[in-house]
Amino acid sequence: MEILVCVKRVPDTSENEIVINSGGNDIERDDLVYSVNEWDNYAVEEAIQIVDKVGGSVTVVTVGDDESEEVLRREMAMGANNGILLTDDAFEGSDGKGIATILKGAVEKGNYDLILTGAQADAGAAQVGGMLAAMLDYPYASLVNLIEAGDGKLMIGREIEGGNQEMNEIELPCVLSIQTGINEPRYVGIRGIRKVASVEIPELGAADIGVDASAVGEAAAKVKRVDYFVPDTGEGAEMLTGSTEEIIDKLIEYLKAKGGLK
Amino acid sequence: MGEVFAYIKHAQGVADDSALELIVAAKKIAPGAPVTAVVTGTGADLDKVCTAMAAVYNAVWKIDNAALAYPNAEVVRKALVNVVPAGSIVLLPHDTFGMDLGPGLSIKMNVPFVADIVGVDGVDGGTLKAVRQEFSGQVSTHVSCDISGGAVMNIRGGVFQADGSAAGGAVVDKSGEAGDLSAKRKFIEVVAAEAGDVDITKSEVLVSVGRGIEDQENLEIVFELAKAMGADVSCSRPIVDAKWLEKSRQVGTSGQTVKPKVYMAMGISGSFQHMGGLKGNPFIVAVNKNTKAPIFQVADVGIEANILEFIPELTEKIQEL
Repeated sequence: MEILVCVKRVPDTSENEIVINSGGNDIERDDLVYSVNEWDNYAVEEAIQIVDKVGGSVTVVTVGDDESEEVLRREMAMGANNGILLTDDAFEGSDGKGIATILKGAVEKGNYDLILTGAQADAGAAQVGGMLAAMLDYPYASLVNLIEAGDGKLMIGREIEGGNQEMNEIELPCVLSIQTGINEPRYVGIRGIRKVASVEIPELGAADIGVDASAVGEAAAKVKRVDYFVPDTGEGAEMLTGSTEEIIDKLIEYLKAKGGLK
Repeated sequence: MGEVFAYIKHAQGVADDSALELIVAAKKIAPGAPVTAVVTGTGADLDKVCTAMAAVYNAVWKIDNAALAYPNAEVVRKALVNVVPAGSIVLLPHDTFGMDLGPGLSIKMNVPFVADIVGVDGVDGGTLKAVRQEFSGQVSTHVSCDISGGAVMNIRGGVFQADGSAAGGAVVDKSGEAGDLSAKRKFIEVVAAEAGDVDITKSEVLVSVGRGIEDQENLEIVFELAKAMGADVSCSRPIVDAKWLEKSRQVGTSGQTVKPKVYMAMGISGSFQHMGGLKGNPFIVAVNKNTKAPIFQVADVGIEANILEFIPELTEKIQEL
């Protein structure tokens, strides 16, 4: 099976405090720790496991700049066979539909049976996979937490409310968005990264993948970010301060009063 | 601006909570405009939901078809594209169904998609200014979108509180316009979640642990604290993803819905999916080393600390009581 996995380089929210810049038009990006979007990492692992079982190859693709290449290499160190960097000034400022349009161009340059994305990324929109599928006229399923490969089709599980799982049969080719927890992504060590350090990663621009530059990028974006802000959430939590001992004493008083200690 | 529609999610003849929230969102997005509920399904359950929605919405469009008996987003999308007029605004809940349906629907309707809306800051001309969250809820952002030619918008649950809207609309049968509903994705069944050794939905006090615990071995301190407090241990999603605790202990929309008196969120950032599993207005204590964590916005008491250091000290003090 030929599998394409769409990945994104994002600020790691478990490693960073996200702070808004002085202009209020972006987050403070200096000194941020970036990594591959967590959901995407599960998607790549799943693709590798499918190929291990049924044969084929895994290609990882991202839309970004030179710095995005590091996440492609990381996923290749995990075991993805090929990487493609989609990069072009015309891509900058694309909204979700723009990104899906770019990815569609990359899909049509290849011959993929299965396309995976993470269920969501840093903007939390969970939109690119579904848009890409609709543009390609491929069937789509989101929040997938189980894949069993069959002949010309897959049996998939979707994570739905309450910890329940919705089982579906889906025809190939298709697009699936992958939920975390579907597998246990393998560890990538320094040695693994070194092994793929010199592998050539092709860079493709709008013209290379047959994408109309005016259909992507900031000018084509219908959904535009106006600013970033920290919402006024009222009082929020009463922050307990003082020495650890003082904090614990105060907390225990609260717990006693609220029935938290039995 | 086009007509405004709200898709009504339902099961066993009962509308989802989102049904009463979408109309509140619709009134903010298109003040004064009539709002039509679209309900898909089949048989008596569908009729029951349509009748209930007619009391709330200005009109109800019913689409009855055996292929819609289970809400498979791929099939629902086809029905909506065929039935809803071009240029309309369609509101969906931003849940596991809305995420499945919304993005693709927007492409097929050729309208913009706005995901996971948590607020509406008004509409100027045809341009909507909406509030979203990014980076795991650590910051908010205003987005603008021209919705004069229609849009698909996913609305986060619990943000727009039901306001007792009443309209008394009529049910219109649109089943004949649904068209071809064949799809390349077939719904098979729903597999119910497995029960675990502890039923956290019955717990009065929960010590809940998140990513801040860092390592499986560190879970021991959480169980010790829970034991000292007479509480049960629950967790957030990353702990289950890492297979450190069983799924039945996960609090959140994709896990259990709990209603304790006291909830100790230890090293939990507090994503909306996590908070969606917490009901009954418990007293929430949040301990986290990241003061930007959204959990501090909803907690009653917050402590900025590394849980790996804080929990053992708290346990010791409680044991001394």
